[in-house]
Amino acid sequence: MAHMSSNAADSPAARGTYRVKRGLAEMLKGGVIMDVVTPEQAKIAEDAGACAVMALERVPADIRRDGGVARMSDPEMIEGIKAAVTIPVMAKARIGHFVEAQILEALGVDYIDESEVLTPADETHHIDKFAFTVPFVCGATNLGEALRRISEGACMIRSKGEAGTGNIVEAVRHLRNITGDIRKVTQADSAELFQWAKSLQAPLPLVQEIAETGWLPVPLFCAGGIATPADAALAMQLGAEAVFVGSGIFKSDDPAPRAKAIVEATTHFRDPHILAKVSRGLGAPMTGIGMDEINQRYAERGW
Amino acid sequence: MSSPSRPDTGSADPTGTTPVVGVLALQGAFQAHQAVLDRLGARTRQVRTPADLAGVDALVMPGGESTTMSRLLHTAELFDPLAERLAAGMPVFGTCAGMILLAAEVLDGRPDQRSFAAIDIAVRRNGYGRQIDSFEHEVDVDGLDAPFHVVFIRAPKVERTGPGVEVLARHDGVPVLARQGRVLVASFHPELTDDDRLHAMFLAMVPPSAARAA
Repeated sequence: MAHMSSNAADSPAARGTYRVKRGLAEMLKGGVIMDVVTPEQAKIAEDAGACAVMALERVPADIRRDGGVARMSDPEMIEGIKAAVTIPVMAKARIGHFVEAQILEALGVDYIDESEVLTPADETHHIDKFAFTVPFVCGATNLGEALRRISEGACMIRSKGEAGTGNIVEAVRHLRNITGDIRKVTQADSAELFQWAKSLQAPLPLVQEIAETGWLPVPLFCAGGIATPADAALAMQLGAEAVFVGSGIFKSDDPAPRAKAIVEATTHFRDPHILAKVSRGLGAPMTGIGMDEINQRYAERGW
Repeated sequence: MSSPSRPDTGSADPTGTTPVVGVLALQGAFQAHQAVLDRLGARTRQVRTPADLAGVDALVMPGGESTTMSRLLHTAELFDPLAERLAAGMPVFGTCAGMILLAAEVLDGRPDQRSFAAIDIAVRRNGYGRQIDSFEHEVDVDGLDAPFHVVFIRAPKVERTGPGVEVLARHDGVPVLARQGRVLVASFHPELTDDDRLHAMFLAMVPPSAARAA
């Protein structure tokens, strides 16, 4: 950093601070982050108004169908997608696989998703996310899980839902778990907060912070099962601040119009007239599957 | 920050004379801006439709993705009404993506990306690099006694300022805060700090509400 004549610039600029990492999550609010597997899909997503893309090799519906071990994507594929768009590019690392995260940081991705959609690499530990310059998002099914991820350095939480199902029921359950417990914590007195911290298995200072502010210290987004504009608006009305759409766009009959409609629905989530307008004539959504038809619940991964 | 699921009912107006400051809420960091303005006692309203826009005296255009906002300005049929209000002199404060949307010239934008050309500057999208290059630092601001803490997130870089543009702060020699008439722009994010001074500077640029009512 070159010296300026002013006093203000005497200290060096700071990169990778909590504020800088959390700042990008703030910029993604009200937006749609779309899973893409090719540069062409990334361009369709950007054209449709996605605020970011998630670069991966297979969308969750295909990971679910194919089985086997799901890992970080090939760096060549991530670089191809980075070159195709100007919006932020995210990528997934396996739970606890800090070397995959180191590689993704070296590739210059803008956000890392330590994701239960990939096969976990560590069944006890998540990644120490404070050790990285790049920010992390992690999934959560309830408030305790969200706070454990935040205590490890996650700068954004997404409700997990059940990826690759096109079924919103688990996302709704997880959002209601998180926001419902936040409401209860705000009603607790100072003595009860100690018990809340124990039952949530979460650090007391974070529980006390929620009691004071009434919200998580980082943004809460929704993922796992959004397939229609109405699904996106439902997540937003339930308290999500932005949405991730995985298989829901590129597993539908006509991805581009559906992607645009979900973007509009996420912005105008409280206006049923606009939601009715954008929901028309989108072709068939992804077929989707019921929770009793799946043999692997990704949401159970994470500790 | 309170739960975002609570509807935005706008803030109370005990006297009816305080101007209404809108926050463009298509996408991005609109809640953070609204929180600072509320703290300063401003009447605020989120703007997503032409009807919302008609009810405000000034507008903050937040950071976020400029390509996303550009597309949503079009689909919400907000682009033309907003261009008219800006041409008529409505005060506006654009940060990051908001600055890109207000700039006369956008470099490295998408071909279909539209901007309002409300301030005679050229900006390069992501001019400071990707997220791993994002940073925070201090700058001196003209008219403020103490330095301002600046947070740059995948920030746009100002590459040219026209003769009518007043540069209020520079970082590493590059303009980061600038004003032309009632248009104030910053390439950084004052809404991500606890420092309200730039929002106060903007509110001082907003005339009484009577101007709109009349």
